[in-house]
Amino acid sequence: MTVTSGPSSATALERNRPIGADELRAKADWIRLETIRLIDQAGLGHYSSTFSCAEALAVLYYHTLRLDPADPSWPDRDRFLLGKGHVAVGQWPILAELGYFPTAWLDGYGRLGSPLTDHPDMRKVPGVDFSSGSLGHNLSVGVGMGLAQRLRHGDARVFVLTGDGELQEGQVWEAAMSASHYRLGNLVAILDANGFSGGGATSVTLNIEPLADRFAAFGWTTVEVDGNDVGALARAFDTLPDPSGDRPVCVVSRTRKGAGLAAMEAAPQAWHLGHMTEDERAAARAEIEARMAR
Amino acid sequence: MSNVTSQMEDVFSEEAQAHSPNVVGDELARLVAAHPEVVVLSADMGAALGKVREVAPERYFDLGIAETNTMSVAAGLAASGFVPYVVSMAPFGMLKCAEQIRTDLASTKMPVRIVARLSGLAMGFFGASHHAIEDLAIARTITNLTVCAPSDSASTIALLRSTYDVDGPVLIRTSEGIARQVYDAVPTIPRGCFVEVRPGDDAAVIATGVGVSIALEAAEVLAGEGVQVRVLDAAYLKPLDERAVVAAAGTGRILTVEEHHVMGGLGTMVAEVLGRHGLGARLEVHALPDEDLEVGVPAALLERYGLTPAGVTAQLRHLLAG
Repeated sequence: MTVTSGPSSATALERNRPIGADELRAKADWIRLETIRLIDQAGLGHYSSTFSCAEALAVLYYHTLRLDPADPSWPDRDRFLLGKGHVAVGQWPILAELGYFPTAWLDGYGRLGSPLTDHPDMRKVPGVDFSSGSLGHNLSVGVGMGLAQRLRHGDARVFVLTGDGELQEGQVWEAAMSASHYRLGNLVAILDANGFSGGGATSVTLNIEPLADRFAAFGWTTVEVDGNDVGALARAFDTLPDPSGDRPVCVVSRTRKGAGLAAMEAAPQAWHLGHMTEDERAAARAEIEARMAR
Repeated sequence: MSNVTSQMEDVFSEEAQAHSPNVVGDELARLVAAHPEVVVLSADMGAALGKVREVAPERYFDLGIAETNTMSVAAGLAASGFVPYVVSMAPFGMLKCAEQIRTDLASTKMPVRIVARLSGLAMGFFGASHHAIEDLAIARTITNLTVCAPSDSASTIALLRSTYDVDGPVLIRTSEGIARQVYDAVPTIPRGCFVEVRPGDDAAVIATGVGVSIALEAAEVLAGEGVQVRVLDAAYLKPLDERAVVAAAGTGRILTVEEHHVMGGLGTMVAEVLGRHGLGARLEVHALPDEDLEVGVPAALLERYGLTPAGVTAQLRHLLAG
């Protein structure tokens, strides 16, 4: 195995790039607008699950992650795994804007033959570090990637964004156990704790709390933040322990399902999977654009 | 030592591994030494992997009794440039992980090699939970997955070695219940090819895994009576050697032998080929019945279900009489 260490790419985007909170908030709202547009194009999609983690996606891609869109397989890039793959619709506009693929690809979203699908496919889309769709797998994949970084003496971090309903999958806890056993300080789990799964509130379907305590008991360092506050997320990511550390980090990102639209926050479950009418889209766009204009 | 223990050696113990040929562990140690990108993952099967730990302790990972996690961890290592060999017990490492294998290894074409040990009835003593007899039926439907099954220790080495650089994931279905060697030396088995281990034109046996050595013994019995039976080692189940099946049909009589459920395994695959090619050869499938199987030591189970030279000889006589 060839060992490469340290950022060497001339086109790399470094970690913790300077960007203002207002701009990150605007990015999160732009992700929401694009999500509405793409889901309309496809005719079906996961709105409220995407909205809950829009701020996390914005902060990771526009501030935190070390990336090189010109070299998607750069060995020293930070990895980002979308455990809750059903929100790929929110990832596509970002990857296009960063230059991983032509923005024209977005226009084909949801159509037969499009590389952009409801869940991400690593073989079809540059910038997707691993495929997802089957909940509960990606934290394990992240453990493997963390082990690989250790073997090649790389300092890349591996971020895995999971849903909170996803944590009902038993494999997640196998992964949690193995991450601390192998002392993977380069692994960061971000739990998008919006309180719901497809079937209803997680407190009703199958309780997963207390999340931080559970991960702490599995040997992880935990931090709990308001996941719809870009400043809080950025602070949490900026102060991550060095990836050479010996404990994986769990960021419990407390979010609102459907965050960013009042009607959706009031009825998050109705918008887990759906398709807005023309009137609903117009109202949603108006609400988001008014916020962005302030 | 009790009778049961003497028949069902504790293959998991360090002591047993130290005193019996450890083909898988030895070959994996060679692979680790030869290729710096090879890593070995174990789902609590470390007793057989002591040499790997000696050669490259940093490239050996025990993930414990957590097979599903182990498969997906392997996927993450593979996505980072490594070539993981995952060692687990077949009923858990393959059957339990069918979805992880499909989703994380095969759909993504990750170069992970799944060494499914103790397949078939090799752990039959421990209960029906430990039978792994549905694996081929599942594995063959997984797109991008190469499926192979050694028939003795030499072909175990051959397949472990030769699948190192196969594109995409590989399932290597091993069994520890093989008494007789099929090959004198490590054979060369091209991907997707059967091996003719005995010539003959009066009938053809297509066997896999433990079935091959059994079929060879049966063919020798019949040779003593002047009947020449071709024996093919179906070392690869996917891709399947269709040309060899078509050629076998030229004998007019085919018997398949496998330590697998009668549905979906080698017999089914051969029947599909005959059907697709419109060939009218007589086909008999010698496999495990679609019923609750007995529990017992492997030798007793193989005897019970006719996976013995006598059982296959009798089946061949039936085929030849038809």
